[in-house]
Amino acid sequence: MKTKVLAIDDSRTIRNLLAATLEEAGFEYHCAVDGREGVDMYPDVAPDVVITDINMPNLDGFGVIEELRGDGINSKVPILVLTTESAPELKARARGAGATGWITKPFDDASLIFALKRVTGAAA
Amino acid sequence: MQAEVKQSDQEVKHAEHSEFVSFTVAGQAFCLKITQIREIRRWSPVTILPHAPADVLGVMNLRGAVIPIYDLSARFGLQQTEASERNVVIVVSVHGKPVGLLAESVSEIISINPDDIQDTPPVDSRNTMEYIQGIISHDDTMVRIINLDAVISAPEQVMP
Amino acid sequence: MSGSIQDTFFEECEELLEATDEGLTAIEGGDHDPEVVNAIFRAVHSIKGGAGAFGLDDLVAFAHRFETVFDEVRSNRLDLDEKLIQLLLRASDHLSALVEAARDGGQIDEAHHDTLLAALDEYIPEEEEDLTFEPMGLGGPAPMMDLGDLGAAPAVPQEETYRIRFQPLKEMYGTGNEPFFLFQALKDMGELTVQLDENELPGFDAMDMGESYLAWDLVLVTKEPRSVVEAVFEFVEGLCELSIAGDGDAEAEANALAALDAMFAAPPAAEAADGDTPAAPFEAPVPAPEPEAKPAAAEEKASAPKAESGKQEQRGGPKPTLRVELERVDRLINAVGELIINHSMLAQQIANLNVPDTRDVETELEGFKNLARDIQEGVMAIRAQPVKPLFQRMARIVREASAATGKTCKLVTEGENTEVDKTVIERLSDPLTHILRNAVDHGVENPDDREAAGKSKTGEIRLSASHRSGSVCIEIKDDGAGVNRPRVKQIAIEKGLIPENAELTDGEIDNLLFAPGFSTAKEISNLSGRGVGMDVVKNAVTGLGGRINISSAPGKGSTFTIILPLTLAVMDGMVVSVADQTMVVPITSIVETMRGSDDMINSLGADGTLLSIRGNFVPICDVAGALGLYRESDQQAGVYLLVETETGQRCALAVDDIHDQRQVVIKSLDGVCGEIPGVAAATILGDGKIAMILDPESIIAASPTAAAFDTERRMSNAS
Repeated sequence: MKTKVLAIDDSRTIRNLLAATLEEAGFEYHCAVDGREGVDMYPDVAPDVVITDINMPNLDGFGVIEELRGDGINSKVPILVLTTESAPELKARARGAGATGWITKPFDDASLIFALKRVTGAAA
Repeated sequence: MQAEVKQSDQEVKHAEHSEFVSFTVAGQAFCLKITQIREIRRWSPVTILPHAPADVLGVMNLRGAVIPIYDLSARFGLQQTEASERNVVIVVSVHGKPVGLLAESVSEIISINPDDIQDTPPVDSRNTMEYIQGIISHDDTMVRIINLDAVISAPEQVMP
Repeated sequence: MSGSIQDTFFEECEELLEATDEGLTAIEGGDHDPEVVNAIFRAVHSIKGGAGAFGLDDLVAFAHRFETVFDEVRSNRLDLDEKLIQLLLRASDHLSALVEAARDGGQIDEAHHDTLLAALDEYIPEEEEDLTFEPMGLGGPAPMMDLGDLGAAPAVPQEETYRIRFQPLKEMYGTGNEPFFLFQALKDMGELTVQLDENELPGFDAMDMGESYLAWDLVLVTKEPRSVVEAVFEFVEGLCELSIAGDGDAEAEANALAALDAMFAAPPAAEAADGDTPAAPFEAPVPAPEPEAKPAAAEEKASAPKAESGKQEQRGGPKPTLRVELERVDRLINAVGELIINHSMLAQQIANLNVPDTRDVETELEGFKNLARDIQEGVMAIRAQPVKPLFQRMARIVREASAATGKTCKLVTEGENTEVDKTVIERLSDPLTHILRNAVDHGVENPDDREAAGKSKTGEIRLSASHRSGSVCIEIKDDGAGVNRPRVKQIAIEKGLIPENAELTDGEIDNLLFAPGFSTAKEISNLSGRGVGMDVVKNAVTGLGGRINISSAPGKGSTFTIILPLTLAVMDGMVVSVADQTMVVPITSIVETMRGSDDMINSLGADGTLLSIRGNFVPICDVAGALGLYRESDQQAGVYLLVETETGQRCALAVDDIHDQRQVVIKSLDGVCGEIPGVAAATILGDGKIAMILDPESIIAASPTAAAFDTERRMSNAS
C-alpha cells in the first residue's frame, strides 16, 4: 500500500514540484487547488497525510487544519504545513490549530521525505 | 558513461543495415536514408509561388498541409526539370516540416554498410560538396548520398 | 522534468502577475475591498514560493519585500495612500521585469531595483524585516537542524551513543504526531533500543483519558550528527519533555539547550512550572497578526453589493475549466478546416456529375455545411481569449511611458472581456505598445500645456475592445493635442514622401503617419523612437488581416481604430484566376467588380493605364505583372476588382476572370516559404489545389503604375 498524500496548494508550481518529488518517492499523490477543495476532497481521498499551504483563496491553511481537526475522527491524521518562512508565529498558530509539523519552502526532496517519514512512518 | 557506450554500440549495429532509397535526378543516381522519407507521390501540378527562385516549384496540398516543392535538379545546379506525370515527389521531413523534392524517378531500396560510404572526392563545385554527404558504389554505379539539412536550409531562409 | 515544471512556473507567474496588476488597478480605482489586498498578497506570495524552489534569489528577495508591505496593508498597519499605490504599481512592473529576466536570462536595471527595494523598505517596520527566521543565525550547533544539511555528514562519521528521554505532553496528541513514527525515524539512523516508562501511569480510577502519562527512554547508536537526531523531534518541540544526551558531548548539549531557550523565549523551567499551558512557549512570540479581512469583506459585500457585474462574476468563483495543449486545439481547427474544404469538394463533384435532380443531396449538403460551420465556430471559441491580460500589460506600458516622459497619463480600458483569437492577442501586443507609447510621447501634452489649454493635467488614454458585425474593433483614443498636421506635412515633404506642392485632405495627412520611414519625433526619443515607425504597426495589423485607421481633431486628441477579423482561420474571398493560376482576393478590400471594355481603358504615359469608371480615372494594376507571373495563353486581363487602400487610394486590380465568392480556410505560409510580396497566405480549394490569398495593398505597392499615379494625382491636385 502506497502512502497517500493530499497536497493543498494554490500554486501550480508548488503542486507540480510536490507531485514530481512524491511520485518519484513512491507516494500516492492527490492535490487540491485551495483549502475548500482540499477539505471537500479529504473524505474521498482518505489520505495518510495532508500537506497544506497557508495562504490560499477560499479557505486558508489554518482553516483547513481547523476543519479537519474539528471533525473528531481526523484528529490523528498528520497535517504538514508548507510555510515560506520559518516564521515562529506562523508555526505556533498552525500548531495551535492542530498541525503536526511544517515544511519550509523552498523544500528540497530529502527534507520533504524526511518530514513525511516522521509523521507517517512511511518507508518511502 | 557505460550506458552511453552501450547505446552507441547498438547504433553501430543498426547502422550496419541502413536502408537507403535511391532515385535519379537529371540522370544521376542519388539516395536518401529511408527513415528520412515520409512518402513518395506521383507528380501533380503545383501552385506557383510568385517571385520564387527557380528551384522552388511551388506548393502542394499534402492532406491539408501546404508544403513547398523543390526541384532537386535545379537545387544541385543541374538543368531545371520539366516536371511530368512520370516524375515523383519525395516527401521528406526537414526541421520537423514536410518538404517535397522533385526527382525523375525512384529506383530501388538499397542496403548500405556505413563502412562502404566514401567521402566525397573534392570537385570544383561548392554546391556539390555541400549537398553530398558521401558516395557509394552500388551495382557498378555511383550513388550520391544527399545531405538533406544542407539541401533544405531552415525554411525561413529558403526565399528572400 | 524540472525544466517543464519551471516552464509551468513562468506560465503561472504570468497569471499571478496579471492578478497582481488587476488588483492594484482596482485599488488605484478606489476599491479597498480587503479581499483584493489578500488576493495580491497571495499572488506575490506564490511567485515568491515558486521562485524559491528554483533558486531565483533576486526574485525571491524582491517578492518578499513586496509581500511584506502588503502584509502590513492587510493587517491595517499601513494606509494605502496615493504615494504607496504608485510605488506598488511600479514594484509590480518591476516584479514582471524580474520574472522576465529570470525566464529569458535578461538583465535588470540594478539601480531601479535598488531604488524600489529601498522605497519598499521604508514601509516595513524594523522588526518585520527579521521575519525570515533563520535558526542557523543563532550560533553554535543549530538546535533545529537546517534540513539542507541533511546529507552533509562530518568528514569522518563517528558512531555516537545518544540517550534520549522523551515524554510527550498531552497536547502532542492533538497534533497528529505519533511517538512510534518518531522512533521509526530514529531506528533508520542506527541501532535503537526503546524502553517504555509507565511509572507515572496512575491507577485506572485516577486516569484522565486526555492526559499523557507515558515516557520513553531511548538509546540510539548512530553515525548521524546530533543535528539530524534532533531534527527528528522538530515537530514536537514544545509538545514534549525532551532531553538528548550525547556521550562525552556535554558542551554541545549545553549550547543546544541555550539556543533552544533563546529561540522559544521561555525557558523549559518556566514551561514546567506553568503546568497547564505547555504549548505556551510555542505561542509566546508575537501573536500572529491575523487580518480580520474575511469577515469584513463578507459584511461589505452583503451590505453594499457592487454593481459591476464583471467583479461579481469573478468573486463567485471561477467556472470550471480544462487546460488543453494548444497543439490539440490547433489540430482540431485544422481538421475542421479540412471538413469545410471537404464540403466544397463534395459540392463541386456533385455539380460535376450532371445529375438532373440534386435537390435532396443539396439539402443534406447544406446541413453538412451548417454543422461544419457550427463545429468551426465552437472550435474557434476555444482559442478565443479575453483581451484583459493584454490590456493590463498596456496599463504598464502607459505607466512606464509616462514616467519616462514626465507626463501624467492614465489608461482607461473598456470591453476587457471581449474575446479575440489567441494569436491575434499575441500579435497585437507590439502594435498596441507602439501606439500607446506614441500616444503618451507625441499625443498627450505636458501637464502645464494641458492646464493652459483648459484640460486636466492628467492625460487620458482610452483603450477599448468591442465586437462589431463579425469583426473585432480595438480603439485607442487620447485626449491630447491631435495630429500636428502642418508639421506632419512638412516632414513628409522633407523626407520626399510627398511633393512639395501636394494638396492633401486632413485624412490623407493623418495617414502619412503610417508611411514607411515617417517619424515626427524631433529628436530620437528613447520611447517611441526606436527606429520603428507606425508603418510597422500598420504592417502588423494588416498581417492579421485587419485594417487600421486614424482620425484626429486638433486640440482634442487622436483615435486609432483597428478592425480585425474575428478568426484567423476563415475569411470570405473572391476566387479569381490570374495567369492560369487560381487565386483569392479578400472580399473586405473589394469595393466593386466589373468587366472592362476597351473604351474604358486609357493610356497614361509610356505604360501606365487608367480605368475610367463613371467619369473617374483609377490606375490599373495588373496582378499577374505585380506577382511576376506571365500568361502562357493569350488571355487578357479583362476583369477589374476595384479596391480601396487604407489611405483612401483606389486602384483597379486587373485579373483574368472572376469565378465565385466563398469562404476559404486560411493556411499560413509561415515556415513554408519566406514573405512573398503581394501574397498574404494560401488556402485549399474544393479541387484540393492550393490557391494564394492576395494582399491587395502590397500588390498596389509593388505596381509601378499605381504608385506613380498616386503621386501624379497629388501633384495635379496641387496645381
